[in-house]
Amino acid sequence: MLSYRSRKALETIALPIAALLFSLFLFGIFCALAGANPFGVYASIWKAAFGKWSTFQNTLIRAAPLMLSALCTALPARLGLVIIGNEGALVVGGIAAIAVGLPLSASVSPGITQIGMAIAGLMAGGVWIGIVGALRHYRAVNETISSLLLNYIAIALLNHLVGGPMKDPSSLNKPSTYSLPDADLLGSIPGMRVHWGLLYGLIACVIAYFLMQRTTFGFAARTAGGNIRAARIAGLPVGKLTVIVCFLGGSCAGLAGMVEVAAVQGAANESLNAGYGYGGILVAFVARHNPIAAAVISVLLGGILASGGILQRSHNLPDATVLVFQGLVFLVVLFSESLYGRFEFFKEKPTLVAPPEPPTSPGQESVVVS
Amino acid sequence: MSTEAVGWWGVPLAIAAGMMRGGTPFLFVSLGECLTEKSGKINLGLEGTLLTGAMSAYAVAYLTGSPWLGVLAAGCAGVLLGLLHGWLSQQPRVNDVAVGIAMIIFGSGIAFFFGKPFIQPSAPQLPTINLAGDAFAPAVQSVLQISPLFLAGVAIAPLMQWFFRSTRWGLFIRAVGDSPDAARAMGVSIFKVRLISVAIGSFLAGIGGASLSLYYPGVWTERISSGQGLMAVALVIFARWNPMQCLWASLLFGGAQAIGPALQSVGVDSGYYLFNAAPYVLTLAIMIFTCSPKRTLTGAPGALGTDT
Repeated sequence: MLSYRSRKALETIALPIAALLFSLFLFGIFCALAGANPFGVYASIWKAAFGKWSTFQNTLIRAAPLMLSALCTALPARLGLVIIGNEGALVVGGIAAIAVGLPLSASVSPGITQIGMAIAGLMAGGVWIGIVGALRHYRAVNETISSLLLNYIAIALLNHLVGGPMKDPSSLNKPSTYSLPDADLLGSIPGMRVHWGLLYGLIACVIAYFLMQRTTFGFAARTAGGNIRAARIAGLPVGKLTVIVCFLGGSCAGLAGMVEVAAVQGAANESLNAGYGYGGILVAFVARHNPIAAAVISVLLGGILASGGILQRSHNLPDATVLVFQGLVFLVVLFSESLYGRFEFFKEKPTLVAPPEPPTSPGQESVVVS
Repeated sequence: MSTEAVGWWGVPLAIAAGMMRGGTPFLFVSLGECLTEKSGKINLGLEGTLLTGAMSAYAVAYLTGSPWLGVLAAGCAGVLLGLLHGWLSQQPRVNDVAVGIAMIIFGSGIAFFFGKPFIQPSAPQLPTINLAGDAFAPAVQSVLQISPLFLAGVAIAPLMQWFFRSTRWGLFIRAVGDSPDAARAMGVSIFKVRLISVAIGSFLAGIGGASLSLYYPGVWTERISSGQGLMAVALVIFARWNPMQCLWASLLFGGAQAIGPALQSVGVDSGYYLFNAAPYVLTLAIMIFTCSPKRTLTGAPGALGTDT
């Protein structure tokens, strides 16, 4: 007989897995309709994403920015805010990192340059989403809309800077900033092709988990998210909490931008806005805003993204197939949210106790009408 | 467009053209979003609907040779996505913003997946009505090429205003959006009203997509939408959930979008991308100035963004 707690835990694990399997099934039907063999497609995705160590590293490279960008949605969600400004925070983080990194790389050692870039990315992303939090609290501007608008503003800023003031004149086809010297790039973890950004992502997820679940700060934030009026009555500084949590979330996404610039691209260009922001929102919702789960889901989504190429090459499916798959997973997982508590198996069986017999007292005997 | 011939006069001309051309998708999507939000749900997924609409319109117009069938197909594709959104976002504990993001990914995935073969071929375009006579300069003529879709959108806006204010169904939608309890007491099915509102809203957004691929810019590529579907959400807030103001706001946004390219064509190309961001900055600034923590926005449906 399972206890109530373990049944609940089983439910939170079993439902997302069932949702994932069901979306795989739907995706199989979709592929079959498009004229590809679904089992071949599954096998290809598996092989490209997780099958071999060499290909699994591709997955991990894609998972790193996803983990960081997911926290930008997951942390404020604990406060009851739906923030979708991940892409914008990532982009400004990348811009800030390159803006600080280029002058630093000329004067100081690579280690200092990288620290400077990381701090720049963290600050820029943090301030970007911090603005959203401040607007939410002090001006009651809807955080979803304002963060969305800031995405477009950030992308326009990126295009402006790499196309004008920060442009490397030699980058003709794809406007880009000057590149960082190779020595200043974020290196690989020894023994792997995966860069240190993966470690940043894992550490950020663990810290975020402990911050939210095991500290007074996290408790205060979750209280404010659960019932804002109760939090105010309890004397919690709701405004400060909102801005700080938004800052922290944004800084994670900003760090993702720095990682992309310092480890993958080597310069800031339009590849920064490659969809890791929207992918991060997906991860955060699938992980139900739990940072540890977000790390796991990021690896899964990273795998899906990594398999885009092989679907095109060996099954003749367009590269948008991966988008369709992502969308299906997201929709089915969201639907599975509504199934919590619907299955008898995951509920604690109420122990049946026979109601006590009413005491018989004099004068209350049943009256026999003759 | 040949703005060189008319020099600096090309800038206001191009902005006027942008209002009518670039404003058309804004107009349809924002009217669709307005209808959806009046019923108390947010549909952030209209970006996906717009792309799917643009793709289906282009594909059907190319395959059948009739652009009007394409417009119809775009609307129907919109209804399908809208039904999915309307059903899913009304399940218990399902966040409609999250569903919207999922629908953006899914809708754009569907559009790019099926639209891949149609990037190369050119589909027949919708006919345009030429308001200017032959006496005008060619640049002026090209500005006054007006699409019937634009005129249809301009007609729908006051119609929707009247619908909300004076019809029984308009009252149902407003009741469901403002006070679901009152609607329930009236015996109205909240689920059905919202499902239908979201579906018809998506129908309009799909037609907005058709205006992108069959009118202006009149091609089908994966970069055809620059976020019009997402901006519609902000635009409806800007327009205070009023269909007539959606019309003015769409014209304004369409015009703002044309500033960057217009200035570029007369040689001012520094800050091209910054001008492109003008509509977004404008919306954000307006929201900052008009929102207040002390009161809700006038005109906002009462149940918007709540779980009821």
